[in-house]
Amino acid sequence: MATTVIETTPPHLKPFVPSPVPATVQTYGSSIWGWITTTDHKKIGTLYLFTALFFFLIGGIEAEIIRAQLGGPNRHLVSAETYNQIFTMHGTTMIFLAIMPLSAAFFNFVIPLQIGARDVAFPRLNAFSYWIYLLGGLFISIPILFGHAPNAGWFGYAPLTTKAYSPGVNVDFWVVGLQILGISSLAAGFNFITTIINLRSPGMSLMRMPVFTWMAFIVQFMIVLAFPVITVALFFLLMDRFFGTQFYEVASGGDPLLWQHLFWIFGHPEVYILVLPAFGLVSEVVPTFSKKPLFGYPVMVYSGILIGFLGFGVWAHHMFAVGMGPIADSVFGVTTMLIAIPTGVKIFNWIGTIAQGQFKATSASLFAVGLVCLFTIGGISGVMHSSPPADLQQTDSYFIVAHFHYVLFGGSIMGIFAGIYFYFPKMFGRIMDEKLGKAHFWLTFVAMNLTFFPMHFSGMLGMPRRIYTYDAGQGWDAFNQTSTWGAYLLFVASLIFMYNFFKSLKSGRPAGPNPWGAGTLEWTIPSPPPPYNFAALPNVTSRYPLWEGKQADIDSARINQQGGKSAEELGIVLPYNTVKPALSALFLVLMFSGLIVGHWLIFAGAAAMVLALYAWLTSPLEPEHH
Amino acid sequence: MSTATVSHHYSSTGLDNRKIAIWAFIGSECMLFVSLISTYLIYKDRSVVGPYPHTPWTDPSTGHVYHAILNIPVTSASTFILLMSSLAMVLALSAVENKGKPQRNLGERILGNSKLWLFMTALLGLGFLGCQAYEFTSFVNEGLTIKTNLFGSTFFTLTGFHGAHVTAGVIWILSMLFIDIKRGLGPSDALNVDIMALYWHFVDVVWVAIFTLVYLIR
Repeated sequence: MATTVIETTPPHLKPFVPSPVPATVQTYGSSIWGWITTTDHKKIGTLYLFTALFFFLIGGIEAEIIRAQLGGPNRHLVSAETYNQIFTMHGTTMIFLAIMPLSAAFFNFVIPLQIGARDVAFPRLNAFSYWIYLLGGLFISIPILFGHAPNAGWFGYAPLTTKAYSPGVNVDFWVVGLQILGISSLAAGFNFITTIINLRSPGMSLMRMPVFTWMAFIVQFMIVLAFPVITVALFFLLMDRFFGTQFYEVASGGDPLLWQHLFWIFGHPEVYILVLPAFGLVSEVVPTFSKKPLFGYPVMVYSGILIGFLGFGVWAHHMFAVGMGPIADSVFGVTTMLIAIPTGVKIFNWIGTIAQGQFKATSASLFAVGLVCLFTIGGISGVMHSSPPADLQQTDSYFIVAHFHYVLFGGSIMGIFAGIYFYFPKMFGRIMDEKLGKAHFWLTFVAMNLTFFPMHFSGMLGMPRRIYTYDAGQGWDAFNQTSTWGAYLLFVASLIFMYNFFKSLKSGRPAGPNPWGAGTLEWTIPSPPPPYNFAALPNVTSRYPLWEGKQADIDSARINQQGGKSAEELGIVLPYNTVKPALSALFLVLMFSGLIVGHWLIFAGAAAMVLALYAWLTSPLEPEHH
Repeated sequence: MSTATVSHHYSSTGLDNRKIAIWAFIGSECMLFVSLISTYLIYKDRSVVGPYPHTPWTDPSTGHVYHAILNIPVTSASTFILLMSSLAMVLALSAVENKGKPQRNLGERILGNSKLWLFMTALLGLGFLGCQAYEFTSFVNEGLTIKTNLFGSTFFTLTGFHGAHVTAGVIWILSMLFIDIKRGLGPSDALNVDIMALYWHFVDVVWVAIFTLVYLIR
């Protein structure tokens, strides 16, 4: 092992030669207790990945039911009430339980490795975030099994969601569930901000950080600034529903737009919270498979920051139809057009990278290119309805459904798939099957367009979103039928992915430290990485340490790619495993459940949570050492 | 070297992780209170029935006259109490940081007594909460509850949210006082006290904003 040679020549002169591949692949161990008590960011990232893929499947099944219902006119596969629950849960699940946590899986797994850290800043808080996510996700999802799922749409407009118009427990689960999930995102946000500011290894200046970490950094700021606003909006609604306040009571003088403003001040940054991580992943995949550093790295970073800022100034474009007046409409129209500029810059940077490099088509790079194509379509339809008069024709129609599926499926999901194929070898030490991966890509790409492109037309012909069935003869039938067949094909594509995922997990080709010949720090260590990640903290002297051939980078890489040593042998102190974060999360969720179950549980849960928190905070993170 | 709290781990900025996290947390809390205060201001003067904060109101059905609800003198006193608790917190932090240095006279012994200043901070915090409890009960007795009108809903939610933050802070301070009594706090604990103090001062600053915008400006 000691004689392994790291390629030192710059990649544009000579392609990077991966290190020898070991015959055996390490695993994380299979003890359930080990997973519950873990504080290792890699294991927590893996937990996020599996849980989020499970919820992605649930959200996908809900989408299939929606499409089956709409496949032809006057279908009655599900009732109108059930349909309301299914489309509400489809949106809620995909946004809060699938895409955000899939991004979180990469934040957890990749950020510490990319910045040369041994873990996140607060390993136990990290476990706490995951367990809140899991329990909160179950809390909001399980009611659908009993026909009591949230049913007022994923953005739950008040006054519709107040007790007068939504008397059942359905919306209770939504309000309380989202409040719980917000805590998870906020805790993770503080953790990653601290991690990225403070745990970069020596020499890793901000402008040497990989672009994925940069985009994740921006997203964390957006999370900690946007989530408090929805926390307040939900708290008002919760008070209205449970304690008789009048925030959303129009008869008492309440403003029916209050919720919409608060929700979208959160909701629009949320859109970028969903898509920027995917942009980051693609910014790692595209240079690797073009064998060329990212074109215009600083501009990529600045445009991300600009998106972060502008993302907070466009929220009312979701509300053009409510009559805010010409000044507000114009201002938000203009800011919305502006935000297309930094986004467009990114598209051109990826194209520039591919154009100047030697592009190699793999599952990961095809999905990345898929994002560039499909997100652009969604971006263009987005600019179309940034103009208020055009938006009045399109709002609440299937045109909007087409638009946001192009940005969220064509953007976020394509980027996340690129990330899964790219980082699977680092996570599990094995490479996913490329043939199946490419089949997955092509089928997804075709089926995605088949599903969502016709929605532009049905929307322009006047088909409203959220309608549970429709009459024949309005010109919508063929478009809906096409969409439905596309959705079925997407499901087949997902089955291919699932088969590939589990097959490769068991018997994929061993990957070795750097199967793709990538240039950043995470590829200098074994796959999967040892618990301590880096035997010696790397000395970073360049943006792509494995590509630029600087002596200090090579020396660090040579030390760190050797696996097989335990933390004790290297004198590295690792945090203890502990169940206290998981217990605190459990009691916190029980406390919130008390709002629905009975008020005694609020107090019992709160008392138990305080005890668990004290136990957590008074116990040491790791063994003493000097 | 100002404190002996040296993290064993490498850090890029030289700062402790906790110090960065608390600032991120405070930034996030700003957005929370901005949302609450904005809602209060947007809903100001929009209640369709009284009682009102700054003006009397006659109930048309009963003829009962409600006074202007807000009691500025009491709240001025409680604001002063809360601001003084910040002073006590500063002294508590300084006492912890300077633990172990020689104390030459009575003044230095008093200033260096961290238990005293932690206790004073908690006591003043409790004093503020007592004023708030008095305020809330007297408002309810006068006929303003959280269900009465928009003013009641927004006022009690905003000040209640702030009161909950003060309560959490008092529990934090009392926990720290408990540790001080049990084993004595020294310079190596200064960072933990510093972080608690940042939170406490933040909660104070928020109150200054609430006092000005809700109570003083009509």
